Amino acid sequence: MDGALLDILPSIILEGLLVGCVYAMIALGYTMVYGVLGLINFAHSEVFMIGAVTGVEVFRYLSPHIDNPFALLVVAILTAGFVSGATAVTIERLAYRPLRRRGYTNRLVPLITAIGISFFLQDLVRLIEGLWHGEFYMNYPSHAELEHTLVLPMDMTLQVKGLITMVVTLLMLGGLWFLVQRTRLGKAIRAVAQDATTASLMGVNPDSVIARTFFIGGFLGGVAGVLFGVLYTQVNPFCGFIPGIKAFTAAVLGGIGSIPGAMIGGVILGQLETLGGFYLPFFTDGAIGTEYKDVFGFVILVLLLLCRPQGIFGKAQKDKV
Amino acid sequence: MKIHTFTALLLSSAFSATVGADTIKIASVSPLSGSQAGLGDMIKLGAQLAIEEAAPWFKENGFNLAFSPQDDQASPDVGVATARRIVNDREILGVIGHLNSGVAIPASEVYREYQLAMVSPANTNPQITERRYPNVNRICGRDDVQGPVGAEFAVNELGAKRIFVVHDKTTYGQGVAEAFRTRALALGAEVVGYDGTEELSNFSSLILRMRVMKPDVVYFGGIYDRGGVLLKQMRERGITATYIGPDAMDSSEFVKIAQDAVIGAYYTTVAGPADQFPAARSFAERFKARFQKDAESYALYAYDCGNVFVAALKNWIEQNPGKTPSRTDVAQAVRAVTIDGITGAIAFDDKGDRVRSDYYIVKFETASYPGTTVKAITQTIEPAP
Amino acid sequence: MNRASVQSFLYPLLTFASVGLLWLFPDTTILLVPVLGVLFAGTLIRLHRWSRWSSMAFVLLIGIPVAGLENSFLFELFIQIGIYAALALGLNIVVGMAGLLDLGYAAFFAIGAYTWAIFGSPQANQFIDGGHFPLPGWPYFYLFMALAVITAALVGVLIGLPALRLRGDYLAIVTLGLGEVVRVLANNLDHPVNITNGPKGISPVERPPVDWILAITDRLGLTLQTNHAVALFFYGLVLVVMLAIVLINRRLDRSRFGRAWVAIREDEIAARSMGIPLLRTKVLAFATGAAFSGVMGAIFSAKQLFVSPESFTLLQSITILAMVILGGMGSIQGALLGAAAVTLLNIEVLKSLSEGLNHLRQTGFVLDLGFVEYNFANLSSQLEPAKYERMIFGLIMVLMMIFRPAGLIPETRHKLELEARGKGKAS
Repeated sequence: MDGALLDILPSIILEGLLVGCVYAMIALGYTMVYGVLGLINFAHSEVFMIGAVTGVEVFRYLSPHIDNPFALLVVAILTAGFVSGATAVTIERLAYRPLRRRGYTNRLVPLITAIGISFFLQDLVRLIEGLWHGEFYMNYPSHAELEHTLVLPMDMTLQVKGLITMVVTLLMLGGLWFLVQRTRLGKAIRAVAQDATTASLMGVNPDSVIARTFFIGGFLGGVAGVLFGVLYTQVNPFCGFIPGIKAFTAAVLGGIGSIPGAMIGGVILGQLETLGGFYLPFFTDGAIGTEYKDVFGFVILVLLLLCRPQGIFGKAQKDKV
Repeated sequence: MKIHTFTALLLSSAFSATVGADTIKIASVSPLSGSQAGLGDMIKLGAQLAIEEAAPWFKENGFNLAFSPQDDQASPDVGVATARRIVNDREILGVIGHLNSGVAIPASEVYREYQLAMVSPANTNPQITERRYPNVNRICGRDDVQGPVGAEFAVNELGAKRIFVVHDKTTYGQGVAEAFRTRALALGAEVVGYDGTEELSNFSSLILRMRVMKPDVVYFGGIYDRGGVLLKQMRERGITATYIGPDAMDSSEFVKIAQDAVIGAYYTTVAGPADQFPAARSFAERFKARFQKDAESYALYAYDCGNVFVAALKNWIEQNPGKTPSRTDVAQAVRAVTIDGITGAIAFDDKGDRVRSDYYIVKFETASYPGTTVKAITQTIEPAP
Repeated sequence: MNRASVQSFLYPLLTFASVGLLWLFPDTTILLVPVLGVLFAGTLIRLHRWSRWSSMAFVLLIGIPVAGLENSFLFELFIQIGIYAALALGLNIVVGMAGLLDLGYAAFFAIGAYTWAIFGSPQANQFIDGGHFPLPGWPYFYLFMALAVITAALVGVLIGLPALRLRGDYLAIVTLGLGEVVRVLANNLDHPVNITNGPKGISPVERPPVDWILAITDRLGLTLQTNHAVALFFYGLVLVVMLAIVLINRRLDRSRFGRAWVAIREDEIAARSMGIPLLRTKVLAFATGAAFSGVMGAIFSAKQLFVSPESFTLLQSITILAMVILGGMGSIQGALLGAAAVTLLNIEVLKSLSEGLNHLRQTGFVLDLGFVEYNFANLSSQLEPAKYERMIFGLIMVLMMIFRPAGLIPETRHKLELEARGKGKAS
């Protein structure tokens, strides 16, 4: 038995990596917005959910017209990315910018707004889907090509859609890194993140930079939504909450504000969760089962914030007076 | 109608003012929104058809028989809140519901306080009737029979030796999974895993454990919304074990979620497919004509529940001409009712269980609903001495 | 006559008129709204003491009970409002006064509810031998109400000690996480030892006996059904507990602690340099808020006969937060108003609207406006206002934050500050 438990280890790590990639992509959205605004964009989990739902609609309406599932997936990913990005920009424009304009002293104000938006969007999507299709629990259709299983060494198996998820995550991460480090926009983003007022004196328009940051974060969230749906089949208007909160944990784990931190935080969380979910029932003789899987994230988050609130890659912040 | 009539109508219903002294309402309570709406909707429509068909008789006898569909969202919490709302509406004399045993058990505590009769089309957990409340009845079977029926089929007919049992941590799912496991163990099979999970999307940890344990049968105690996703992911990750589930897999939504993975899956059910009942064919036609949908699973049972109330009310009204029954009267009349329903003869024992229940084993030969009935078992629940 | 005396004279009349309306049409539940409206107005406008207190006592002690015996749903509604009002007052201390955003507040409600539910039902027999349970409602229920206060406050301290070291938004996320942990524990502690019975929840929960109410009404020559007596009992109990909580709140608000909380909310560093022990003061706010929640939890479990983890989700915490925000953070009347408004909206107005739409849908009502014709039978069954509570709470929170962050009834301190500023400019 013990031999079998070890033999399966590579497969567990692979599964953890897969779900970790999804967390990482969502985490990037939290991290970028936090970087420029110092705000936990609680509504980002709904941006992710909107991406997942948009993906379902693309599959639903374009399946008869596009035969190649890979092309279909690309269209879904791009559409969902743009819809989610636009949603994120709209949220920024309608809710956060008025608050910024008024100048709030209380940090609770934007956070409460973000929670409000999050709840509002959940029911808005539910209403739209409910009126449109009469139901709001949706399934991604199966495509044999996407679900073709690749046999890897050490008894690992990976489906094509899993491979796509990993490749897309790496591409997104690389692209984002390039964007932030090597382009003018990236420079502007970094400048606003350091000091918005000074940046504006240097000819950077903070509002437009912030809007673009929201768009990029939202785009990544939307892409993650489609990949999540393709991987795990069922999506609904409330499916963003748990992945969102886990991605936030991942962002904090890696150090909020840091792009490689979000990636590594996501992967670590995915691993802990899958490993824990697999081995805990064996070690505790079923007393602690897979049902505690979702709590791991929270417990890690709490412990981490108490011991090293700046995360693995973050820099310690000092109180400003 | 003109706009002011519309406003008046909306107001009159919104303000829940009394419509007339002799209105009798029968309520249905089932999940109408959320992931289990597929099953809940059938309960509502089945009950609605029964009430609508009976309404003319009541009109002739001076009563206005109305139907009040309610949504419990498959949540015990919402269910109890809805029950509290129902008992405070004095015109509601009977409840058809719920779908989930976990909702029905606490909600029926509320009904009991007000002696409001409940007839359940779907609650199979033994505890529903074991409490011996005079107002609580069901016309479906029991999990302590359904689980063992599934286990016997798995072990004796499919030759299962290693069984992995998963449940969804609801009263219903866990209850039926436990009954299944106990009987499977007694029959000599090995239960290599027994797990509860509330997961909705990512079942990978569980499936990896199946890969290590190599079961030949996977039993999922729960509802199709999770069962379908689990089944699909199992097949994607190369688990070929036969899938068996309880009656909550009996929905076309199950096929929609699992898609091709559904082929070869079995479920046990208490709500036999319409083709099993001779009287059901004409019901299916009327149902389709009224709602433009095919009658599925619990629609037949809910229709019979509706007719149980109709028969009970008719009996009482004929014996007490000119009077309006109270909730207690209805509860007593329901317990005493004997009718020939479309799911067979219906009579209740002193617990509120149906005296005779049928169980079916259904297999999906293709990825389409309904599946093919492979076995029918009649179980008589002996009336307690 | 000056304005205050005119108001003092008119107010009781208005009170009586609104109650009279409710008595005339007790089945029209919505008429509770003007009654509550008048009640709130009484706390806000300038009145002579006799006018205010006698009118309020009339509404609460005679007006609502008499109507409630006709239509027991009124009791149900008021009990819910009372429970949520207490929760909102508790959260108001944490969020409104001390400025600590707690997104896991429902956890304390859960702890109070489970404290009584486990021992006031056969559930405790699962892990304590001897079959002593359920404990009888008298006197144990009252004992456990006290115990629920203590347990919830203790858990508040336990959660608060680590969590309150964090600041601002991190605290919010951590309390959200810990709130979920409590819910998941309640959901999963059915094995290896069955303590909470997991997602199935615990039922039936014992209630304190109401024989004495029946005995009293019998002597008065009234025959009361048992379920009416139960409703009356819970109405009274919730009223008493709620009034006690309001009084405690008012005392706290003006005490050393109240001022310390507000100081921390306004400027943590300044507060610390004034010698306020930060952690201890914050934990005290946390524990006080938790205690209010705990006692209502115990009452809730007995009233509902049933407890399950689903009553204590994030949605529940957010609902209470929306009440506090709507009413005005830090303001006691605000919390009460927020609780009443949101509860009424949630369990009466939206549900009635849904039922109304349902009725139209079922009867196949055709709306003919001349230029458009719409058959309600075609209306999607998804369109049920009662199920869009998240949308409504979300909107409340966003709109309040953008347009009126101080709430409908702003805290008096804020108001004083603003008035002082205004006067300063004028002079």
